Amino acid sequence: MINKIVRSMADAMAGIKDGSTVLLAGFGSVGQPNQLIEGLIEQGARELTVAANNAGSGHVGLARLMELGRVRKIICSFPRSSDPVVFETLYRSGQIELEIVPQGTIAERMRAAGAGIPQFFTATGVGTKMAVGKEHREIDGRTYILENALKGDVGLVEAWEADRWGNLTYKLAGRNFNPVVAMASELSIVQTQHVRELGELDPDHIVTPGIFVDRVLHVPYGDPGSF
Amino acid sequence: MSEAATMFKPYSRPQMAKLAADDIPEGWYVNLGIGIPTAIADHVPLDREVIFHSENGVLGMGPAPEKDKIEPWLINAGKQYVTLRAGGSICHHADSFSMIRGGHLDLCVLGAFQVADNGDIANWATSENDTAPAVGGAMDLAAGAKRLWVLMDHTTKDGTPKLVNKCSYPLTAQRCVKRVYTNLAVIDVADIGFVVRQMSPGLSFEDLQARTEAKLHLPG
Repeated sequence: MINKIVRSMADAMAGIKDGSTVLLAGFGSVGQPNQLIEGLIEQGARELTVAANNAGSGHVGLARLMELGRVRKIICSFPRSSDPVVFETLYRSGQIELEIVPQGTIAERMRAAGAGIPQFFTATGVGTKMAVGKEHREIDGRTYILENALKGDVGLVEAWEADRWGNLTYKLAGRNFNPVVAMASELSIVQTQHVRELGELDPDHIVTPGIFVDRVLHVPYGDPGSF
Repeated sequence: MSEAATMFKPYSRPQMAKLAADDIPEGWYVNLGIGIPTAIADHVPLDREVIFHSENGVLGMGPAPEKDKIEPWLINAGKQYVTLRAGGSICHHADSFSMIRGGHLDLCVLGAFQVADNGDIANWATSENDTAPAVGGAMDLAAGAKRLWVLMDHTTKDGTPKLVNKCSYPLTAQRCVKRVYTNLAVIDVADIGFVVRQMSPGLSFEDLQARTEAKLHLPG
């Protein structure tokens, strides 16, 4: 019997290695797997590369992981947030590497990784400093730059519902990066608000099929807090 | 130039938003950038069906919710609570940016630091060495939407023109701005450069040119 549902946070986080690339879903505090980030803090892996839309806020979650010196590099589109104190301190003192990537390019790099597409051309960033050092090609009269897929060793995902095969649904804007993080990651770890019996989720409403998911932890925390 | 020398009344922020809103026809799919452009939605009547998109996978946004009807799972790209209209839909980030990058949006309206008369836009960083530059979805929107309009003040607070010959700040995208709504004028970006469509009441073409670095043209 396939059962991707794990009993504990320790089981969810087992085997994450130092030096891993971790893809982190979420946009604002909606659809962000906060408890899994806490679990990663506990788990102890170091020298991480983290790809996320933002670079953390305050002193909790991703910001805490960075503050503990566990993140070597961050890949994100918008390092500023309501309270980016930890990131800015580390960045100014040269203790963390930053790769700034347009938001759509991050999302597409993840999808490409999940779809077996190693590189792709995009018009986003042409003529800007994002294009420096990248291969340019003119296709049908328009100039594009070449971008690499962004594959995760580990992906952290928040779902609304999940079953034991790892089929997932999401709630409203909580979907955001979650489906592409799941498909782009070697080890996709999901926290879910609700666990459903196999067969209970309407096949037409499953957004992420379980083939993209490895582990599911039930974390019924309620609604997202304020930002 | 002394303000006393001329008598004119700049457009207010709501007037700027209304000018842009009046130019958006029914049926367009539109992304409004964070900041001043967001206010444009307030000036599009609900019976004119314009479909507003937000980068985080929300298509068909409605007005802001009443305080007691907030849905904590429904925010826009500015992290504000929003509503969905009947017919609204949710998608993931890569699909949402496919709408942008795949040329499906009819219009995007952004704020900007500078716009050049060839349509270049600079709106994400104010120096080459910005400590932690934050681009978000601006480059995707500027390069991807079918047309890009800019809503911004005509000059900086100290009077430095923002409509320039060449952007001095790092570019967001090249040759993509089609129209600029400022507190002084509505200006098209055409093959010959900036073409003035409309000016705020009492403002002369010469006054406007004096506040603009790049050469202005009259239509026709």
